[in-house]
Amino acid sequence: MNGNESVAYNLDTEEPGAEELRAGFTALRDRLRQPAGEFVRAKEFLIEKALLVCGMVSILAIALIFVFLFKEGLVALQNASVTDFIYNTSIQYEYDPVADETVAVGESTAYNWQPVGEEPKLSILPLLWGSLSIAFLAAVFSTLIGVAIGIYLSEIARPKIRETVKPALELLVGIPTVVVGFFMLAVIALPLKSFTNWLGLGTIYVDSYNAFIGALGVSLVIIPVIASLVDDALKAVPADLRAASLALGSTRWQMIRRVVLPAGVSGVFAAVVLGFGRALGETMIVLMCAGNAPQMEWNPFLSVRTMTSTIAAEMGAAQQDGIHVQALFLVGALLVTITFTLNVIVEVIVNHYRKKIRL
Amino acid sequence: MSAASRKSLQAVREAVQKGDRAPLWAAIFENIVRGFTIAVVLMLVFILGTIVWEGVPQISWDFLTKAPTDGMREGGIFPAIFGTIFVVLFMILLALPLGIFGAVYMVEYVRNGPMARVIRAAVNNLAGVPSIVFGLFGLGFFILFIGRNLDYYAFGTPRDNAEAQLIEEQLEPLRAQYREEAIAQAKIDELKGKERGDFIRGYVAERMPAQNRKVFGQGAMFWAAATLAILVLPVIIVSTEEALRAVPASMREAAYGLGASKWQVISTVVLPQARSGIMTGAILAVARGAGELAPILFVGVTFFMPSLPLTEPVNFGPLVIQVVNPFQEFMHLNYHIYTMATQHPDPVGTRSIQFGTTLVLIVITFMMNIGAIVLRRRYARS
Repeated sequence: MNGNESVAYNLDTEEPGAEELRAGFTALRDRLRQPAGEFVRAKEFLIEKALLVCGMVSILAIALIFVFLFKEGLVALQNASVTDFIYNTSIQYEYDPVADETVAVGESTAYNWQPVGEEPKLSILPLLWGSLSIAFLAAVFSTLIGVAIGIYLSEIARPKIRETVKPALELLVGIPTVVVGFFMLAVIALPLKSFTNWLGLGTIYVDSYNAFIGALGVSLVIIPVIASLVDDALKAVPADLRAASLALGSTRWQMIRRVVLPAGVSGVFAAVVLGFGRALGETMIVLMCAGNAPQMEWNPFLSVRTMTSTIAAEMGAAQQDGIHVQALFLVGALLVTITFTLNVIVEVIVNHYRKKIRL
Repeated sequence: MSAASRKSLQAVREAVQKGDRAPLWAAIFENIVRGFTIAVVLMLVFILGTIVWEGVPQISWDFLTKAPTDGMREGGIFPAIFGTIFVVLFMILLALPLGIFGAVYMVEYVRNGPMARVIRAAVNNLAGVPSIVFGLFGLGFFILFIGRNLDYYAFGTPRDNAEAQLIEEQLEPLRAQYREEAIAQAKIDELKGKERGDFIRGYVAERMPAQNRKVFGQGAMFWAAATLAILVLPVIIVSTEEALRAVPASMREAAYGLGASKWQVISTVVLPQARSGIMTGAILAVARGAGELAPILFVGVTFFMPSLPLTEPVNFGPLVIQVVNPFQEFMHLNYHIYTMATQHPDPVGTRSIQFGTTLVLIVITFMMNIGAIVLRRRYARS
């Protein structure tokens, strides 16, 4: 390394002190230019490996989540057959007046979730029904409102309003879900019940805490998520498309409906799927205000029990190492499979549309 | 009605009279969309307004600093605030280094390679896992797997029913021996019936080795913090990644040009540059962690504790040192609200306490969220 030549500015002859300056400069540069010694190289190597370990933590976490859920869930499938988790059969008895005794007349199938008792009934269907009905209702509400807000933020709102609404939405996401659940339970549920009573619907058609209220609460949490994703998706639509549409004489709304929304449709769709997944996984809100009765009814004003709220409500009290705990883990495994599939769908859509936008 | 909107209304009317309905539809739909936005913002205001309105009368110095008394009907919520703060503190201590260094590895070492893609996929999926599943994971992995094994190797605590039975069988001769000893005691003849049985049982129990000592294999603040740490890991990784990517390549090149090694570049140039972005992520993670209940439902949160989860006091002369014991159960604001609202024998009578607790929780999480928003703004501008 002959660095001395390259710094041979005019330091050779001039002012006093130049000698020291040159010496210091050269020393510093030589130190920095030294090839990394063994020690430095070992240190760099160790640091890189330590960082790798930190990076691996998330991979490990997701892998372990799957392993532990499915491990316990599979034990449940060993201890009870698959059909036990779909329906329960019970023998139907009838009083026979001739023989003056009750006789078995046949089997009946039912879909009951009653995990505690002598003969635990472990049909997951009513829980799946509850989760899907809440997620569906919430997805309908929040798609309608979330997409509208996304359109408004991306296309219509003036920057100043945008700057106010966006943080407000972020705050809405920041509200703890327990608080949303508590709010729905304490402030919304009772007036709604009095209203339906006033309408004369009574207790047969309307439960105090029901799927509708649960879905409303869940939508409050999902609307901001969908809105901000739709906003991003529409913002990604190239500006020249908008300009071309406006130049052809369309109104702003025609431009949104005919140009911007079709161009951003996959992003919007991804947002909706993601919102649906979030709704499926939401726990505290539905636990607090969806009523928690495991039943399959079409009426959204009756109470439902979701997969998430079942796990949350029962895991703490369930007998350790029993079929109940294993069944709850199986429910968890089912839940994580569904949300994982939805995430993959979103990923595929988003990747696809990223490529499209880039073209 | 303002002059501007009257004018635009006039324009729409003229267009419709001319047979062009497009401006009318535009006006209708734009206002619907605007209306939805306003409705949601008003809903936020309504929620916060209700909580503040109902909660503020409840807030007092005693409410914030005393423990609940009289079946949670009186007193304060200090243990819940204490538990919330410390579980989040432990959480961020665990999650922050893992998240930051994981993101550093992803951005600085394997930028767009297959490893980075795998990590990113894992982070995305982790972010999409329902929060209750983290609870199951925390129970299954941290408590039942790690905790029980730790207890087994440290104290010989049985891990499942079969092992418990085995240990029971092994201890049977010892138990019989102590029983005989008890019966051989002089004073046994004075005792009759139940007293006699109690004496023998007590004598044996005193001398038998402890077999059910559980320290790690039960709900604890540390396990809750670890579960939450995994939950918030994606938040930290994603925001750190963004912050690192925002550091201009020229800065790295300048540092390399001076001969700095890779780690020197990262630690002295890149990380300091990305500081505020990382801070934002950390604050968001804390807010998220403080607002979640589902993941910690089965890993240590409890409705009532007679005392704070502290270690035994240690005396250093006049100084008494007592620190938080992370291997105890703890109270939590979220759980307090949930249980008071749904499982308390008098949920309506204690509603004002519930609103007060909610207000405290909201204030804590919102201070975090607003801080993060402000920080991000400033950082986006610069």
